Amino acid sequence: MTGVSLAPERGAGWSGRAALIGLALVATLLLAGAAGPRYGLLLLIGLGFGITLEALNFGFTGPWRRMILFRDPGGLVAQMVCIGLVALAAFPMLAAFSGELNGASAPVGFAMVGGAFVFGAAMQVVLGCGSGTLVNAGSGNAVSAMALPFFAIGSFAGAYHLTWWTGLGAIAPVTLSGTGGLALTLAGLAAVAVLALFLAAPGKRAVPARLWWAALIVALLAIVHLAVAGQPWGVVYGLGLWVAKGVTALGADLSGSPYWAAPGNVTRLNESLLTDVTSLTNLGIIAGAMLVAVWRRGLKSPVGALPVRAWLAVMVAGFLLGYSSRLAFGCNVGAFFSGVSTGSLHGWVWFAAAFAGSFVGIRMRPALGLEARR
Amino acid sequence: MTRRPVAIALVLAVLALLAFDLATSAPLNPYNAPPPIALGSGQASTGAHCGDLPGG
Repeated sequence: MTGVSLAPERGAGWSGRAALIGLALVATLLLAGAAGPRYGLLLLIGLGFGITLEALNFGFTGPWRRMILFRDPGGLVAQMVCIGLVALAAFPMLAAFSGELNGASAPVGFAMVGGAFVFGAAMQVVLGCGSGTLVNAGSGNAVSAMALPFFAIGSFAGAYHLTWWTGLGAIAPVTLSGTGGLALTLAGLAAVAVLALFLAAPGKRAVPARLWWAALIVALLAIVHLAVAGQPWGVVYGLGLWVAKGVTALGADLSGSPYWAAPGNVTRLNESLLTDVTSLTNLGIIAGAMLVAVWRRGLKSPVGALPVRAWLAVMVAGFLLGYSSRLAFGCNVGAFFSGVSTGSLHGWVWFAAAFAGSFVGIRMRPALGLEARR
Repeated sequence: MTRRPVAIALVLAVLALLAFDLATSAPLNPYNAPPPIALGSGQASTGAHCGDLPGG
């Protein structure tokens, strides 16, 4: 992410900005006309996510890092508020329209917990989670751009092996619902926020205004996403699907994978990515972040030099991000954000395991040559 | 090096992905598309999500 200012004097000219916005809207209208209005809306929602996350510097990895290293809780508190706002709408929506809307419900198991822990470590190594890697790559961050294809390959491979991993042991999905479930969810989010504020370093308890705005806008977009798509916001399925479609077109046989051979996924493999929910929002996030970066002339920023071992670490971490997030039934978005906001227990377990993994990832970065030793 | 070549490479990669996808997938058909909004459509959601488990 490149900063938080949208000051006109620093960015492209107004004609250039109008062209950027026009291009995004034309792409959305073309898609709506060619594939259907729902798909145009999903691309537009993805653009909104990308623009908001990049312009207001809202994310998951950085705030967790700042909490762990500097006891700065602002970003973490904003995440809890954002998820709580989504839950306030999602719980009644899911209850009233259970035949049309699905939550992000998934089982808790050994592989799920381990996957979340590894994801938390890997996201700190590359300083990008599911949404963060897309946003950072879109804004021209070379580390995220390098990690992204390996993230996609890992997501495909993790899904390929998913049923083997879940066979190691998992309990049936546990989903909170109704007023009681919502109250429990909000109480949990409030407890995390209060604990973070209690642990804050002196003078770091204030949450910047931009984070309040970001939390509000991201929450609104997530609620609209649930209404339009019929399912919560997710990231990693789409990345794995891109690779699965590629290897299938090149002649690979995926029938040996219970995951990719499942009827729903076979349908997705035959249909265009332009009709896949997570693919569209992923593409929108990349484009939205790039739009902001061009708007601010952020693409003129230099790319920092890194040693070879750092680039190798980025490739490995990128693969692990994808692989582990499939075992964990989602990344920070699909499992944590959408899981918690729609009442799935696995979202809370994911949060605890990934936060623990973040301690490891933060300590690995200097050794891998990704930052100076502290 | 600036971020510009990184962004250009990413744009080219995404365009290549979409061209490959359109060439190898079933044709887009707006007349067979789902309702614009799932909420209130009366139809079950059929999209895939990261939390899905086959047979789960």
